[in-house]
This record gives sequence, C-alpha cells and structure tokens, in this order.
Amino acid sequence: MKFRAKIVDTACLNHFTRVSNMIAKLAKTCTLRISPDKLNFILSDRVANGGVSMWCELEQENFFSEFQMEGVSAENNEIYLELTSENLSRALKTAQNARALKIKLTNKHFPCLTVSIELLSVSSSSRVVTHDIPVKVIPRKLWKDLQEPTVPDADVSIYLPVLKTMKSVVEKMKNISNHLIIEANLNGELNLKIETELVCVTTHFKDLGNPPLASENASQDRNLEQMAEVHIDIRKLLQFLAGQQVNPTKATCRPTELPLGSTLGGHIYCGLVCRASHVESGCSLNSMNDDHRSAAHVQLTLQQVSL
Amino acid sequence: MPLLTQRIPDENDYCLVASLDNVRNLSTILKAIHFREHATCFATKNGIKVTVENAKCVQANAFIQAGIFQEFRVQEESVTFRINLTVLLDCLSIFGSSPVPVFVSIAGTFTALRMCYQGYGYPLMLFLEEGGVVTVCKINTQEPEETLDFDFCSTNVINKIILQSEGLREAFSELDMTSEVLQITMSPDKPYFRLSTFGNAGSSHLDYPKDSDLMELFHCNETQVNRYKISLLKPSTKALVLSCKVSIRTDNRGFLSLQYMIRNEDGQICFVEYYCCPDEEVPDS
Repeated sequence: MKFRAKIVDTACLNHFTRVSNMIAKLAKTCTLRISPDKLNFILSDRVANGGVSMWCELEQENFFSEFQMEGVSAENNEIYLELTSENLSRALKTAQNARALKIKLTNKHFPCLTVSIELLSVSSSSRVVTHDIPVKVIPRKLWKDLQEPTVPDADVSIYLPVLKTMKSVVEKMKNISNHLIIEANLNGELNLKIETELVCVTTHFKDLGNPPLASENASQDRNLEQMAEVHIDIRKLLQFLAGQQVNPTKATCRPTELPLGSTLGGHIYCGLVCRASHVESGCSLNSMNDDHRSAAHVQLTLQQVSL
Repeated sequence: MPLLTQRIPDENDYCLVASLDNVRNLSTILKAIHFREHATCFATKNGIKVTVENAKCVQANAFIQAGIFQEFRVQEESVTFRINLTVLLDCLSIFGSSPVPVFVSIAGTFTALRMCYQGYGYPLMLFLEEGGVVTVCKINTQEPEETLDFDFCSTNVINKIILQSEGLREAFSELDMTSEVLQITMSPDKPYFRLSTFGNAGSSHLDYPKDSDLMELFHCNETQVNRYKISLLKPSTKALVLSCKVSIRTDNRGFLSLQYMIRNEDGQICFVEYYCCPDEEVPDS
C-alpha cells in the first residue's frame, strides 16, 4: 500500500482546505478512499434516525500535481482509511499561504497520513510543517459498506434559495422545533414548515427553478403544483447548511452567476424523494460543481425521521 | 399571490390589523422587555402595549404607538391576548436579526410585517416578507392573565431624575450580582443620586453629581433610600442598552419607575417602562 500526492497550486490548495473544513463540520470521523483517479470522503451514519450520510468526490487530477498510489492489490487498487476529520482540517489550517502541500501514507509505529506543508518565508530558506494524522486502515471485508450510495429517483428536485436566507430561517425554526417539513413542487416553489403546539411557521420560496430530472419518465405526468414533502431533523439540515461555507464577497460581486453562494461554486440542488413507505423516503441534498478545473462532488443524504 | 389571498379571511374579520415596513421597529422594542417567556398584549386604537411580569414584583411595559405602524386598525375598543414572547421574537426575526449593514441598506432589504388577529381563541397571524420570500406564522394565543396594577401615579412622585442612558449603561452592566439588592439613594442634598451594592467582595457606591452633563433633569424633594432586588432590576439592562434617555422616579411608597426612551431605525420614539416594588424597609441611618 502506497500513497503520496502533492498540491502546488494555491487555488487547488484553498479548495481542498474548504472541502476538508466542510467535512469536519459535518462529522467527527470520516473515511478517505483513495483510488488511482479520485479521492472520496465518505460518511455513512445511516443507523440512527435522520442520520447524515455523505459522499464527496474529488477528481485527483483537478487537485494534485503529483499523485501516486498503489492499492492493497492489483485487482483491488484502492485504499480505505478512517480518520478524525478535524485533524485533517486543523493540519490544513497551517497551509493557508503555503507554497506546496504533500500528503503521504506513512508508518510511524502506527499508520499515519503525513501532511507536510512547505511555507513561504522571508529568507530564502524554506520552512516545512509536518502533521502526522493517525489513521486506521479499513480491511477489505468492510469495503462493501462504504460504496457510493445510489440517489433514489426524485419526485421533485428544485434549486435551493440563497443559502444565507435559508440558513437564517432554519436556524430560527430550530429554536422552536426539532423537525422540519420540506415541501417542493415542479413549479419552483419550496416551503419550509414547522408545526408545534404553540406555533406553525411556513416560509414560502418561489421562482427557484427546477433542474432537469435525471430520469425522464419519473415525473412527467406529475402535476406541477403538487407538493412532495419530507420530514427531517432540523439539526442535521443546519449542519449541512453550516458546512457549505458561504463566500460573501463572491456572492455580492457576482450575484447572478453565484446565486447560491456556495464555496463549491456550482449549484446546489435539493432532491426531495417521496415514496409510498415512509421508511424508504429520504431527502438528499446534493451539491454539484460545474467548474471542471477543481470539481468536487458532494452528496449528502438526510434520512427522513420516521413518524 | 393566490397563496396569500387564499388564506386570509375577509379583512373585516380581524379585530386587529397592523402593518410595518421594517419589522425591527417592533422586534427591538419587544427584545427590551424579553426577560420572561410570556407576555400580555393590549391593543387599542392608540397602539399596542406589551406587558411582561415577574414574581409579582416587577413589570415591564413596551408601548408601540399606532404611528409606528404604516397601517393600524383595531375594530374593538380593546383587544387583549397572552402570547409566548420567545416564539414571537423568533418569528419576527426569522429572516435574520442582525442589523442591515449601512452600505447595502437600500429600500427592500427590510423585512415587512403584517400582523392580524381575529379575536379570542384565534391565533396571531404574522406575514413576513423579505426579498419576495414570504413567511406565514400562526402563533397560538392564550388566555390573558390579569396584570399587576402598580398604581404609580405622577402626583405621588417624590423624586425624579432624567439621565442620558450612557451614564447608567456601564453601571448596570457591571452591577455586582453577588449583592442581593441594589440600593438607590435620591436626595436634594449630597450624595444626590447614588447606586449602592453590598456584595461578597464588599460594598460599592456610585454617585452622580446633580450638575453632571449626563443629568438632564434633577428634581428631588426629599431624601429617599430604597432597596430593590438586583435580580429583578438586572433584566432592565436590555432596555437600557437600546435607549437614549432614562427617567428614574420613585413615589411615596418607594416604588420605582424606570422609563426608557428608545429611538428606532426610522428615528421615531418609543417608550419602555419598568416598575419595581421596594425590597424592604431600610433602617434609618
């Protein structure tokens, strides 16, 4: 098993840092899957009610100038590591103005992900900061639990409103209730709703637009006005919204191009899935990136709270 | 549009309708009296009075006069209901409570509010709008409770001081909370106006000379020394930080009235008032 990679481009480095920060905000531990052409951060927490699971994909060639890896065997050319996500984001904090970043898999009495950061300095001599992040190598028999989840066909998918507004609304709703109902239709309308003994609050967003559906036949005959609804845990949704670090400078100077204010630079869509059985249905919040230079694909699933 | 018209019953069905272009003109004032979960609201054609009480000893009233609202209609002589103030404030600030930064404060960035109440047994309806996004809140109202009557009459007022709030702000935010009481001395002679605490670390006295720049009015007839539970007075700091002037009055029974003048974002003046009863008789010194 071997892995070593290097980032030299500042934009790529910052982007990688943001992705790792987002993951640290979402979960304590995550799985890092290394394969010859991509890196995946995986989070699967399906056991608990309303658990969050995440699948984040980084095309290696978009980030790394050098990338070498050798998996467990020729036919299973992959490495799965478990690590504390905060350790990685903390290590990358020092990399803010770095000249280069190297990551490699080492064995220092125990397996480590060694992050060496080459920093700029006033004199010509360079300084290197090294972090050893302890990791657990995940044996092959457990790999099957960590495969890419399939996103079920959505009844309705809709673009999310400006995240800052949505986050503010959801934050206030969290003070009042634990559960949130998301409703959306194919007419670009999205409602966030809470209902308690004391109060019912509904926020109506309209003219959001609907992304073209992946499977054509799924909702062709669906009434445009008909709402699909899911019940989710507010805290989990807020965690997801908080993880999407809003970049206000970009959002204000290019409001039309970046209406969603996501760091990942692309659009985020929220696919709402509703099926006959309550247990099956879920809400997946997908964050997609169209910027091919540093594409990161994040998929996050929030399971519906069973009622 | 069909969404809204569909849900609103006929306008005449409501006994209270109020609209506001900037919801912060209401929420700020309500925050000044938010030290208990529940509040009682009284609406008359002059405006709305919101009352919060604690321990039958302290009462805070916020007055939002009809002129603050862009539209204000009360169909009956008076409309009274009790409401969960925490929930109301969460709803009013659903689009964010932080003030709009000056450089983007163009018209349209404010949250507009329309508030409707159909009468006894009905929920209070709030329609909030910001940037085309609409939030509808339906807050259940409760049986109004009788509020205390402090019978604080201006003819019985013995001592009265009007101070610029900045003069009290620091004093109140740094009150020694280990002291059980705050002792207020008001006198035509020295020390004129004194705040005292008696805490674990010792006593502290804060004197305001009567010719201080902060003193707008000093009208004391006789020496009064009264003690008030510090835990009851501390919540008034919320109103103090928002206000520009404060009037401090005591009557012949030693009851304290604190009136705060608060200027809202549109430059209009609102009042918040706290009444507190004295803690105990002070032995003559």
